[in-house]
Amino acid sequence: MKKSDVPQDKSNLKSSGFKELCYAVNDNGEYTTEKSSGWEPKTIALDNAIDDIKERIEIAKNKVETNKTSPIEYYMELSKMDIPILASYVGMWKWRVKRHFNPNRFKKLSNKTLQKYADVFEITITQLKDINHGN
Amino acid sequence: MEINFTHHQSAHCENGVVSNLMKFNGFDISEPMVFGIGSGLLFCYLPFIKVNHAPAFTYRSMPGFIFNRFAKRVGVKIKREKFSNPIKAKSRLDENLKNNNPVGLQVGVYNLTYFPDEYRFHFNAHNLVVYGKENGDYLISDPVMETVTTLTENELEKVRFAKGALAPKGHMYYPIDFPKELHLEKAIVKGIKNTCKDMLAPVPIVGVKGMKFVAKQIRKWPKKKGIKVANHYLGQLVRMQEEIGTGGGGFRYIFAAFLQEASTVLKNEKLAIMSKEMTEIGDLWRDFALDASRIYKKRSSKSDGYNDIATQLETIANREEVFFKKLKKAV
Repeated sequence: MKKSDVPQDKSNLKSSGFKELCYAVNDNGEYTTEKSSGWEPKTIALDNAIDDIKERIEIAKNKVETNKTSPIEYYMELSKMDIPILASYVGMWKWRVKRHFNPNRFKKLSNKTLQKYADVFEITITQLKDINHGN
Repeated sequence: MEINFTHHQSAHCENGVVSNLMKFNGFDISEPMVFGIGSGLLFCYLPFIKVNHAPAFTYRSMPGFIFNRFAKRVGVKIKREKFSNPIKAKSRLDENLKNNNPVGLQVGVYNLTYFPDEYRFHFNAHNLVVYGKENGDYLISDPVMETVTTLTENELEKVRFAKGALAPKGHMYYPIDFPKELHLEKAIVKGIKNTCKDMLAPVPIVGVKGMKFVAKQIRKWPKKKGIKVANHYLGQLVRMQEEIGTGGGGFRYIFAAFLQEASTVLKNEKLAIMSKEMTEIGDLWRDFALDASRIYKKRSSKSDGYNDIATQLETIANREEVFFKKLKKAV
């Protein structure tokens, strides 16, 4: 890639005002570095990934509202986690976390267990029990 | 307390940390040199590891390998420490800062408050340098950032003890012993040979063979997984290739820059020619990303699009196969 070809597209980076460093060749064929504000193919891939997460959050929300899952799944998606990551944060087995997705089981959880989840999601137990609380 | 540490932005975090720590200790080593000697270049497909609900691809070697190999090959000794107790991790860090010793840390990205929100995923193999503490805040030199930044004690503890795959466990590292003079010649040859071996490894998911394997999978994705998942997987492949801190065609260009530098050090004209070839291959990777993005941009369902880019990936794999066989003989 020539130095003059280093992409300067609009991206999510730009809004935060930072550029990343790329290696490229100058007119004499020597390697040098140039800053890039972003590249469209990458931005699209990232945007798609974000949309995907938003969709997952929306689905989880609907499932909570129709009593098909517990708020834990909703907050897990909201924190961009999956079951292995959440399990390792709360320090429980994966199957135990999965069981807590069951709305009936969730209602019976002790405050101690709820607090563990609340701490990981950085919310209160009240918020954990009601996903619309304070939103 | 602030250590007199100079921040240089780099394209990739681990190279950058090593290069910056070496420069602090009086050795002028560029980022590409660290990457090349540390044999950072790789391709690996990990279908059994899911990241963000898609299989993992990597274009670089395992976190920590680059520094380890680099250190061994140039004769630098590194000390690595991991902790189960955050309080102990913090006090060891503070001790080092008091002794005027900037340290490298492995951290999780999700809680790095200075990153743009969109980039904050649960990825635990990021690296940065802590070079001081002021008013209770840690002074941070994150090599992919343009300038230095700060994190509070609480924030730093969170990223050092992020959980999930490759959890850092407070991982802290720093060089402790240096040779009088760095002899790069032998180290460069070793680095190149190692990269050739990895890229030509007779393992189906590694190197050139790995790329060919992925190309085959790409052809199957639309039918086997449905268009939505296929697009998601393809996006993942490009994101891993072009992820923050690697730039377009990322690691291939860094490797080409390394070969150019190496040709001067070794006075080997062949490596300069190989560098040009690697640049061309880097450009092919960029074309690949561009064409792949056209598919997932339209979220198009035509499977011939998938066939096209699979063919492109196979072409790249063949080029790299020839390239690394030639490179092996050039040193």
